[in-house]
Amino acid sequence: MSSTFSGKAWKYGDHIDTDVIIPARHLVSSNESELGKHCMEDIDKDFVHKMSRGDMIVAGENFGCGSSREHAPLAIKGAGCSCVIAASFARIFYRNSINVGLPILECPEAAASIETGDEVVIDPSGGTIENRTKGKTFKVAPFSPFLQDLIRQGGLIPYVRRRLEERGKSE
Amino acid sequence: MGRTLVSAIIAAHSSQEAMEGEICQVKVDFAFANDITGAPAAASFLEMGAEKVFDPQRCAFLPDHFTPNKDIASAEQTKNGREFAKKQGMLYWEVGRVGIEHAFLPEQGYILPGDIIIGADSHTCTGGALGALSTGVGSTDLAAVWALGETWLKVPPTIRVEFKGKRPSWITGKDMILSLIGRISVQGARYMALEFGGEGIEDLPMDDRFTIANMAVEAGAKTGLFVPDGKTLEYARSRAARSFTPLYPDRDASYVRTEIFDFEEMTPVAAMPHSPDNVKPVRECGSPEIDQVFIGACTNGRLRDIEAAAKMMEGKKVADGVRCIVIPASYEVYNAAMDKGYLRTFTEAGAVVCTPTCGPCLGGHMGILAAGERCVSTSNRNFVGRMGSPKSELILASPLTAAASAVTGRLTDPRDVASAEFFNTLEGK
Repeated sequence: MSSTFSGKAWKYGDHIDTDVIIPARHLVSSNESELGKHCMEDIDKDFVHKMSRGDMIVAGENFGCGSSREHAPLAIKGAGCSCVIAASFARIFYRNSINVGLPILECPEAAASIETGDEVVIDPSGGTIENRTKGKTFKVAPFSPFLQDLIRQGGLIPYVRRRLEERGKSE
Repeated sequence: MGRTLVSAIIAAHSSQEAMEGEICQVKVDFAFANDITGAPAAASFLEMGAEKVFDPQRCAFLPDHFTPNKDIASAEQTKNGREFAKKQGMLYWEVGRVGIEHAFLPEQGYILPGDIIIGADSHTCTGGALGALSTGVGSTDLAAVWALGETWLKVPPTIRVEFKGKRPSWITGKDMILSLIGRISVQGARYMALEFGGEGIEDLPMDDRFTIANMAVEAGAKTGLFVPDGKTLEYARSRAARSFTPLYPDRDASYVRTEIFDFEEMTPVAAMPHSPDNVKPVRECGSPEIDQVFIGACTNGRLRDIEAAAKMMEGKKVADGVRCIVIPASYEVYNAAMDKGYLRTFTEAGAVVCTPTCGPCLGGHMGILAAGERCVSTSNRNFVGRMGSPKSELILASPLTAAASAVTGRLTDPRDVASAEFFNTLEGK
């Protein structure tokens, strides 16, 4: 597991959908940095100008609902966000984030406590979110063993590569 | 405890027990991508070191979102997907033959009862109308399926949904699913499945069932499945591209809960801006003025939808100041609507008829909204900026409500412009 990382929080509400994370008019590219230029522009048009590399998006319930576009977690990565903390995630966004390597943390208590501008420190190995501004620390429920294994292998692409190699050997 | 339909389907595709909450490796019957998700899936596939898709007859690429291509970037993106599909020998349908994936694939018999279907598009859940476990994923997950013929699925808990009584003909599948989402919210079924069954849906046409399953994802669901019945099997058998085995829930299946609707208490409804769960009876929405009407999309671009709208608009004119855009979801629908004279009804009323495409539904092309404009749409999402400007407004409704609104220029309950006799002819009585 990687070491701790920190950044400033940008707080949004419930049901942040993939159409506002990356509007469909930009889905003519799947380039991470190109998509990153338009991240969150239909809900907060200055987001990419005011945020700094390493900052975090914090939101309420059902973050990433709507379309299956993997461009949504790619846009968030491309903008330079280090992770997303939410009370809950929509299921396709959840899978996509793991697959493209965007760290996501499901923690209703942290999502409720953190406000825009708060300094937040994440300890992935300890499974904690610290709101340094408010002096509060929250425990994140771990991923299921299957997903932990997938993440440990470097994500879905290395996982599939290994599975294909195993099949090649057994043939 | 018995199995729900989704658990029965997962168990039939896995060597695991497939009890609720378990993550299972499952065999996939069919896997597809579109012109937005296909090219990144192809790139991930190659990055995985994969050489051949698991079965070219079970993998498909459908260019349906920006169709025909709207600009150079979308043309390049489609070209990448097309070249990959041709090289792999996968199923591919060219512009002029292809339809919106979630209407076209069931028509062509590639989505069948008992199947597991994975699509790189969130509205893949539409296939649930046929009693398949059909669900959307992103491009990398889809690439993994193309490479392995398998994916991982967690067995979700299920909410059972039943409708009681006799459905009046002004209540469409769209009113039924919007009523459900309005009741349980856009995350009411998050990480769950919806299972539709019961006597109230026995006479519900397949096209309405597709509409209902299509919007399961708008309640956060993994999929929305109809328990197969005579209508399902008749539809599937007449079109099947391969053999299939329908599956059913056990009588003692365990559900999170059952949501029951009584047709007698239902009215035509609309989802007001900016959420699919902001649902109200159309007559209680204050009749807002509108600039555009869109009739189409994977939600409501099938023949029964086009027919209902055409009959509603027959001999009438689209109101001054309103643009009405009609897009049949496939050429099967387009040609049937042409043969029945519906396309002429639309153009004589002053509506536009376009070639099958997702088009305006996702703010792609063919009817983008300017700031301050309002549209009544038969599509499935009314998020901020979905059809164009983030300052535009979208109201989701049935084809009957959309067509009635096109004629009056305001959001209108279909019963306020059509007679009881009209509704009788609608159901072919």
